[in-house]
Amino acid sequence: MDSGTWRWDFWKSITLLSIAIFSLFLIYPLFSLFVSAFQDPDLGTFTMENFAKFFRKKYYYRTLYNSFAVTCSVTVLAIIIGTILAYFMSLYTVRFKHAVEICIVISLLSPPFIGAYSWILIAGRSGILTQWLEGMGIHFPSIYGFPGILLVLTLKLYPFIYLYVSGAMKKIDCALIEAAESLGCSGVRKVATVVVPLITPTVMAGALMVFMNAMADFGTPMLIGEGFNVLPVMVYSEFISEVGDQANFAAAIAAIMVIITSAIFMLQKYYVERKSFTMSSLRPIPVTQLHGVRNVLMHALIYTVVGLSMIPQLVVVYTSFLKTNDSVFLPGFSLDSYRNMLDSLGTAITNTYVYSTVAMVAIVFLGMTIAYLTTRRKSWLTNIIDTLTMFPYIIPGSVLGITLLLAFNEGPLVLSGTAAIIIIAMVIRRLPYTLRSSSAILYQLSPSLEEASISLGASPLRTFFKITAVMMLPGVLSGAILSWITAINELSASIILYTGGTKTMSVAIYTEVIRARYGTAAALSTILTLSTVLVMLLFFRFSGKKEVTL
Amino acid sequence: MSVGIVADHVVKKYGKATIIPDLSLSIQDGEFFTLLGPSGCGKTTLLRMIAGFNTIEGGEIRFNDQVINAIPAHERNIGMVFQSYAIFPHLTVRQNVEYGLKLRKIPAAEMRERVDRILDVVQITEYQDRLPERLSGGQQQRVALARAIVIHPSVLLMDEPLSNLDAKLRVEMRSAIRQVQKQVGITTVYVTHDQEEALSISDRIAVMREGVIQQVATPHAIYTRPYNVFVSTFIGHSNLFHGSVSGNRVSFADGSSIAMDNLAPEAQGQKVVVAIRPEEFALAEKGRGIPCTVAGKTFLGKYITYDLSFADGMVLEGQPSLEFSQDLGHAQRVLEEGEQIALVPRSSKINVFTEDGQRSLMQGVIHG
Repeated sequence: MDSGTWRWDFWKSITLLSIAIFSLFLIYPLFSLFVSAFQDPDLGTFTMENFAKFFRKKYYYRTLYNSFAVTCSVTVLAIIIGTILAYFMSLYTVRFKHAVEICIVISLLSPPFIGAYSWILIAGRSGILTQWLEGMGIHFPSIYGFPGILLVLTLKLYPFIYLYVSGAMKKIDCALIEAAESLGCSGVRKVATVVVPLITPTVMAGALMVFMNAMADFGTPMLIGEGFNVLPVMVYSEFISEVGDQANFAAAIAAIMVIITSAIFMLQKYYVERKSFTMSSLRPIPVTQLHGVRNVLMHALIYTVVGLSMIPQLVVVYTSFLKTNDSVFLPGFSLDSYRNMLDSLGTAITNTYVYSTVAMVAIVFLGMTIAYLTTRRKSWLTNIIDTLTMFPYIIPGSVLGITLLLAFNEGPLVLSGTAAIIIIAMVIRRLPYTLRSSSAILYQLSPSLEEASISLGASPLRTFFKITAVMMLPGVLSGAILSWITAINELSASIILYTGGTKTMSVAIYTEVIRARYGTAAALSTILTLSTVLVMLLFFRFSGKKEVTL
Repeated sequence: MSVGIVADHVVKKYGKATIIPDLSLSIQDGEFFTLLGPSGCGKTTLLRMIAGFNTIEGGEIRFNDQVINAIPAHERNIGMVFQSYAIFPHLTVRQNVEYGLKLRKIPAAEMRERVDRILDVVQITEYQDRLPERLSGGQQQRVALARAIVIHPSVLLMDEPLSNLDAKLRVEMRSAIRQVQKQVGITTVYVTHDQEEALSISDRIAVMREGVIQQVATPHAIYTRPYNVFVSTFIGHSNLFHGSVSGNRVSFADGSSIAMDNLAPEAQGQKVVVAIRPEEFALAEKGRGIPCTVAGKTFLGKYITYDLSFADGMVLEGQPSLEFSQDLGHAQRVLEEGEQIALVPRSSKINVFTEDGQRSLMQGVIHG
C-alpha cells in the first residue's frame, strides 16, 4: 500500500518500539540470565560449575524431582476434576449453574497463595479444624509439604481445564453424538470413543496452562511446602540469600526451569499441530435432566469441589473481621485488621491499583497495535515480533523477575527498585495473551472494512483508530480486564522486584503471612478478593459473556 | 467530478509472479465499464490498482490527465463497493453514509441534504437509523452503494458486489445499480465473473484472461462477434468445429460446407476453427447439413438443450459439451434421445477463427 511518509512512520515506530521493548525487557534479560548461569561467581569466567553444583547435591537436585512430582500430579488431578465437572455442567441441568461458574472463575483468578494461607488457617498446626479434631482426640495428618501443595494447586488450577473443556463441549455438534448412537454406540463407550477424542486437544491445551502455572507457582510451596522444596522456591531463596555467589547459582536453576518449560511448550505445540482440528457446531448437544440418585450424586460432587475451592476466600473474609493480637485470633469481631492495614500498608493498595492500571493501558495499546502489525502488515520484521511474543509463555514469573533484576541492577539502565520494573514485568507477562486475542479478533475482521474507510478518504492511520481499533476494542478490553485481575494478584515476579516503596498488595500479604500477622494479611486479601470479584462481575456485564478464556 | 480512466502499459507483480504483464485500456467519462473473466484472471487485481490498494509495478494509470500511481488510496477520491459490503457494523446506516462526508468536512446542512437525497435514491430512507446487522444482504449493498456515491467520487469501483446475494435479488440489484449509475452519471468500473450480469449491466466489457485483455467491446459485439475462441466459449456457449476456407465457402471435416459473405480476406485458404452457438443451428432434412446424433436432452423451460455427438474428427477435442438449443416457441417437434438428425448453421451468425483460436477471421470485429 502506498502511503505518505508520516503514516509510514507511525507503523514503523510501533515496529521499532515493540522490537525495542521485547529485546530490552525480554531477550536481553534472558540473555543476561544465561550468561550469569555460566559465569564463575568470583572470576567472571565461563564455567559449568553452577549446573554441576545443582546436580551434585541431593538437597538441590531433589527440588527438580519435587517440582515434577507436584506439577504432574496437579496436572493429572486437574484434568480429571476439570473434565468431569465440565462434562456434567455442559450436558446436564445443574441448579445454580451460573453461580457455580462464577465461583469456579473466582477460584482461578484469586491470588494463588491465599489458598495456601487459608488452608494453613484451617488445617495447619494450630488450624481451626486441626484443633477441633484434636479436642475430640483425633490426630489430623499434616497438611504441610506435598499434600498441601497438591490440594491448593489442584483446587486453584482445575478451572483452567474446566473452562477449556466447557468451551469445547459447546462446540461438539449434536449430530456427531447421534451418528455414534445410530451406529450402535452408546453409554460409556460413546463417551470414550467420540466425546473424549473430540475434547482431547482442548484438554491438552488446558493441561499446558495447568502445568506451566503449577511449575512456576512460588507462593503456595513457599507458604505450605515447609521442607518440601520446589524449583521456584529454590531459585528465590538462593537468589535473595545474602551469600555473594548465589546469583549465578540461582541463575543456573532458573535456566534449568526455562529449559524445562520450553521443552514442555514445544512438546505441546508439536502435539497440537499434529492433532488439532476445528469444530463448529450447528446444534450443540442439548442439556438434559438427571433423575434420582444420579442427580443427587452429581450435584454433591459439583458442590463439594466448588465449595472446597471457595473455602479459602471465605476463610480469609471471615478472619479479616476477627479480633486479633497480631498472629493470634481472639474471640469477637473487630475492624482492627483493616485499621492496621490502612495505617501500615496503605501504599501497597494504591501501588497495586496504579501499577496494574498503567500496565493494562500499556497492554491494550501495545496489544492492539502489535496485533495489527503482525496480521495486517506482515514482513520479516513483524514475523520476528510474532516469535518474540511467544517467549513470555515459557518464562515463569520468578525467573522473569530475576532476569529483569540481573539485567537492570547496574549498567547504563538501572531500574531495580523502581515502579517501572514491576510494571514492565506485568506488561511482559500478560501482553502475549492480549496480543493473541487481538490477532484472533483481527483475523475475523474483513480487511474490506478498512479499505472501505480508506476509499472514503480516511488515511490508513486514521482508519486504524476510527474503524479497526473501535471494532477491536470490546474484545481487547474484556481481555485486558482479565489481565488487570492477574496483574493485581501477581506475586512471583513482584516478590523479587519490590522494594519498600514499591510493595504491592500480594507482596504485602505474603510478607505479613511470613511475619505471622494474619489479621492484616486477611484484611488485605479480602480487599484483593473483593477487587477481583467486582472487576470480574464488571467484565461479565461489559463483555456480555458468561465465561472467561485466558 | 467524474473522470475518464486510462491504463497505460500497466504491470502487476507479486514477488516473482507476474499477474498482469502489460495491460492498456481506456474508459470513457461516465461509462459503465465491466472487467469480466474467470477467477484468477487479474480483474480484481486491476480494480484494486485503480483504487490504490495494490501497487503498480510498471506503466501508469491516469484519471483524466493526472497520473495517480503515487497518490495514496485515500486521496484518490474513489467510491468503492465491496463483495462483502464492508458496512461498518458499529455505525448506523446514516452514520455509514455520512462517514466519507465528515472526513471531507462538508457543512452539516449540506451533509444532511446530500445523505437524505442518496438514501432516497437507493431506497433505504426507512432504515437509516438501524444498525447494519439488522439489514438484509440487498439492503446492506444499497447502503454500501449510497456510501460510495454520496462523496461524489471521481470513479465508482465495484468488486463483485452482487455475488453474495441470491439469484432473484441479484437481478433486482443489478437494475438498481444500473439505474443509480445513469442517474448520477459516474464513471464506473465493475468486476464480475458472471457473464450474464456483465452483459446486462455494462456499456462496455473487457474480457480478461491470465492478466491479458482478450477483447473490449459492447455486450452485443462481444456476444455476436467474439475476438477469439476463448471469448466465444467464455461468453455464452459455442460449439467448435474443424474447418477450412476456400473461396466464400467454409467446409467441415465431413465435406459439408456453407457459404459465407462476411469473412476477412486473410481467411482465404486457411484451416480454421468454426464456432457455432447452440441457437445458431437449424434442423435440416436428411441429406443436407451436418449429420449428428442426439445423445441427451435437458428441458429448460423456454428452451430444450440437446447434447450432440458428431462423427470422428468433426469437432475440437476437449469441449465440455456440444449443444443445440431449440426454442420451444418455434419448435415443430421435440427430438428424442438417440435420434439421427442433421443441422444447418446460420451462416450470418457463426464465427470463424484462426486455427490456433487466437484471432477472429470475420469482418468488422472489434478487439478493443
